[in-house]
Amino acid sequence: MDRIPDIAPQPERLAWQMATVIAITTETPRVKLFRLKPADWHGFTAGQHVDIRLTAPDGYQAERSYSIGSAPDGSGEIELAIDLIDAGEVSPFFHEVVEVGDAIELRGPIGGHFIWRAEDGGPLLLMAGGSGLVPLMSMLRYRAAAAPEIPAALIYSARRHEDLIWRDELFRRATEDPNFTLLATLSREATPVAGIRQGRIDRALVDAALQSLPTTPKTTYICGSNPFVGAASSFALDAGLPFASIKAERYGG
Amino acid sequence: MATRGFFGKRPTDDVGERLPPGQYRTDDFPVLSAGPTPRVALADWRFTLKDGVRPVMSWNWEAFNQLPQSKLTRDIHCVTKWSKFDTAWSGVMIDDLLAEAGIAAPSEFTLAHSYDGYSTNVPTDDLINGKAMVATHFDGQPILPDHGGPARLLVPHLYFWKSAKWVNGLQFTRRDEAGFWELRGYHMRGDPWREQRFAGD
Repeated sequence: MDRIPDIAPQPERLAWQMATVIAITTETPRVKLFRLKPADWHGFTAGQHVDIRLTAPDGYQAERSYSIGSAPDGSGEIELAIDLIDAGEVSPFFHEVVEVGDAIELRGPIGGHFIWRAEDGGPLLLMAGGSGLVPLMSMLRYRAAAAPEIPAALIYSARRHEDLIWRDELFRRATEDPNFTLLATLSREATPVAGIRQGRIDRALVDAALQSLPTTPKTTYICGSNPFVGAASSFALDAGLPFASIKAERYGG
Repeated sequence: MATRGFFGKRPTDDVGERLPPGQYRTDDFPVLSAGPTPRVALADWRFTLKDGVRPVMSWNWEAFNQLPQSKLTRDIHCVTKWSKFDTAWSGVMIDDLLAEAGIAAPSEFTLAHSYDGYSTNVPTDDLINGKAMVATHFDGQPILPDHGGPARLLVPHLYFWKSAKWVNGLQFTRRDEAGFWELRGYHMRGDPWREQRFAGD
């Protein structure tokens, strides 16, 4: 496997730059995907995010952070998955106003902790709640291209079946990739769905993910709302995973 | 340059003037940390002041709570963009810890250390003369574990990652040694009013 050319750390200085919206996809009823091409991009590391800055005509500005869901793939483009927050300021703008061809100001890539490179090794245990999947998806896609021999398991909790982001791709990867196990669970779906568990994340689900891996995970990445991360990290600690091997990123902040 | 079609939800003037650039107001209290919430038992808790590698003074939970108690009500600003107004804390001012230890601040730089292995560097000037405390209570109640309890550093005028959760010591250092996030690209001082989020800002 050739070395992926797009891996880059957070730069010494983060400059604001313009990015062009290349494509917009409605992924779930509440999540749209935005493919962006920044003007001056030197790659990123799976797990990193960008800061977006929007400017009103009178100069008022709003900033938010969004994780990158695409893999570092040398394309010079990044994909953000933006979850609609009804009373929000920035996500409704993206969902209702932004069009292909628009210019959006951003800076990045940002983050030096919640990241994974092939040389960091595995096995990997990934736990995602809702849109907390986004940085973990970047890791999974990158792993499949750069280091498919590294075992990985993903626990992914969403509300309903329709809310599972990248659902078809995840199940396809789980079917095709012998070193990747997907354990999806739905917390608010009334109708059972084949191959998907019902209910919130619990210790049994964490144990099942651990059993799917040949050895104890080298690193566990947990991303989601604070209640999700709190529960998932408690189950991980209870299952005996070392405190220092667990990395968390909490949304809703 | 304006973003096409963006008008935003501009805060009212009385709110806007209290918001540093790029921040928005929330009434929630979001939780952010690099890993799980550590399980710290009060019976095992200790807080240690160090000058370099040399311990100067150390307190257990009971002794720490005998120290002079102070209150600070301040606006706080997280680097992830949220700000929360009028947060009410109580605990022990860094000035009182130094007085109790019988020393003046021995160097210009300080590293705060935490039970989860986290550290953050803070200029000593930002900790003394009434600016910062080791907080044990929020809104009159013991600080919840997710928010840094039993005790967290509170340096409210800097981005909130400087207010280290689960703090267990302050170490005065000769040089400005980067802490956990500072090693990973975040700013060495972190003044929200100058938008010092990342190195180079």
